[in-house]
Amino acid sequence: MADNILEIHDLAVEYHTDDEIVYAVNGINLVVKQGETLGLVGETGAGKTTIARAVLRILQTPPAKVRSGQILFHDQDIMKLSESEMRKIRGNKIAMIFQDPMTALNPIETVGFQIAEAIGLHNKMSRMEAELKGCEMLEMVGIPMERFGEYPHQFSGGMKQRVVIAMALACNPELLLADEPTTALDVTIQAQVLEMMESLKEKLGTSVIMITHDLGVVASSCDSVAVTYAGEIVEYGTTLEVFEETAHPYTMGLFGSLPKVDSDEPRLRPIKGLMPDPTNLPSGCRFCERCPDAMDVCAERPPDMVEISTGHFVKCFKAGVSVE
Amino acid sequence: MSALLEVKNLRKYFKNKAGMLHAVDDVTFTLEAGKTLGVVGESGCGKTTLGRTVLHVIEPTSGDISFEGSDISNPTKKELKHMREQMQLIFQDPYSSLNPRMSVSETIMEPLILQGKLKKAEIRAETKKLMDTVGLAERFENSYPHELDGGRRQRIGIARALSLQPKFIVCDEPVSALDVSIQAQIINLMLDLQEARGLAYMFVTHDLSVVKYISDDIMVMYLGQMVEKAASDELFRNPRHPYTQALLSAIPSLDVRNKKKRIIMQGEITSPINPKPGCRFMARCMYASEECGSPQILEEDAPNHFVACCKYKTMTQN
Repeated sequence: MADNILEIHDLAVEYHTDDEIVYAVNGINLVVKQGETLGLVGETGAGKTTIARAVLRILQTPPAKVRSGQILFHDQDIMKLSESEMRKIRGNKIAMIFQDPMTALNPIETVGFQIAEAIGLHNKMSRMEAELKGCEMLEMVGIPMERFGEYPHQFSGGMKQRVVIAMALACNPELLLADEPTTALDVTIQAQVLEMMESLKEKLGTSVIMITHDLGVVASSCDSVAVTYAGEIVEYGTTLEVFEETAHPYTMGLFGSLPKVDSDEPRLRPIKGLMPDPTNLPSGCRFCERCPDAMDVCAERPPDMVEISTGHFVKCFKAGVSVE
Repeated sequence: MSALLEVKNLRKYFKNKAGMLHAVDDVTFTLEAGKTLGVVGESGCGKTTLGRTVLHVIEPTSGDISFEGSDISNPTKKELKHMREQMQLIFQDPYSSLNPRMSVSETIMEPLILQGKLKKAEIRAETKKLMDTVGLAERFENSYPHELDGGRRQRIGIARALSLQPKFIVCDEPVSALDVSIQAQIINLMLDLQEARGLAYMFVTHDLSVVKYISDDIMVMYLGQMVEKAASDELFRNPRHPYTQALLSAIPSLDVRNKKKRIIMQGEITSPINPKPGCRFMARCMYASEECGSPQILEEDAPNHFVACCKYKTMTQN
């Protein structure tokens, strides 16, 4: 157990609105090992960001409500901590890179101030020392420290994202939650940022949860991957296993939907239909309606998570059966 | 066979406080009926401006555009109206490009009403047909855009663009805002429509795997200029321009075992305002030397493979 930095047990989160309940996350189990990068893949509305926000306890309550679950950070349940204890962890031991660098920065403060602010809050040091450390962080992400006193609008998108990363890494967090860190960026800048995150991870030994919808990003940067669909994890395993021994029809559908650079197929094979309405989830398997292999039993009750090989879990009735 | 669309030395400069912004600088290409030209490049390289300039949504600064053999560089109002029946635009963001106060059928039939050729009943029938063509169920007829998801909204945009039976459509990042499973549905729809109606597309995108998939020819743009153009397969097999090479190497691969070597470019796209005469990619290029400071000429290196770089020959020999 000691080498698991984060364990999530049976996490369920709902959003309560005036007239309905949105079931965003429904009983998720996840483990992040020390130094590991876990990819959390899924489409819009699959619940990826809600999971990350629950870990940091920055869900807006209400409307959000954590129905059940435990989140163990170093074997300590985050849910039971007081707000002041949580503050010592948030931004210090667990940090988050937000999706949109254009809106994650405060437009009326200099980027230097914003980085130094986090450092000053979590460490006993003078303003001067915090700013010095802030300069160091900027240099580390490849921005000359002369730009410490500039405002966010003076930076390009890629540079803003690097500022956000510098901010997240400023206190040497043990766990980094990266929410679509490269989605808003051009491919060439995405390559720069991914490369940089990788080398920083090696240098600092940070564990990372990489939230993304891009399977290419997962292939190039993650050790293991959890595929989410309608608030559930449908497939979970090492990146190698999930990519090469793909077992869940949804994961297969995702791969089929991607145009591949080196194939000559005349048409893509998209998944038909749409994700189910999260206020009114089907009682059986969530993917049932869109599944090409659906059986009668799929509509009746939800399948259990099956371990089809060591560490490779699949939530599907067909999984494991077809292997025999 | 004469080309459907011919664009010669097209330029669009925007004047601003700091000087002249060269959004599109000397772009030349032809497009045949039923074919797709992909235009790729990073944000700010002028690919959207190029698409809009071709359609006269933005007036070009200079250059010649001809469509079906007739010159449309300086159209009169009447010519423009006729031209727009033939040439349409599909927008990037299905969330902001639809009028939130118009229902699905109103949005789709609006061009037909403006055209004024059909009677009311015919327009209604045509609208139904269009909705069916793009895979929108009839029950959405009276829905409003906010009630629909991104994929369906994009289908409305496509139906509207198709309504006047154009021959040429500029697609400006039509699938970038969509999830992969929906993206694949829309791409397949666009390919089906092309096959059935012989449409020509100019497909503007930053997503290289999508562009490879859908295009016959691909044009790579950098800071307003075309740096390379070739048939889709050829470009991916033999990229010549250092920028194209870097761009292709940056595509995240799905291969878990062989992590490919990415070419990491230093720095970022430089300013397009009053650019220096030489190669615009020079500041980020690892092969750059003194000769790159003089203007780069677009050469046809192999049949239908154009490249604007003075270094590519020595580079490929290495």
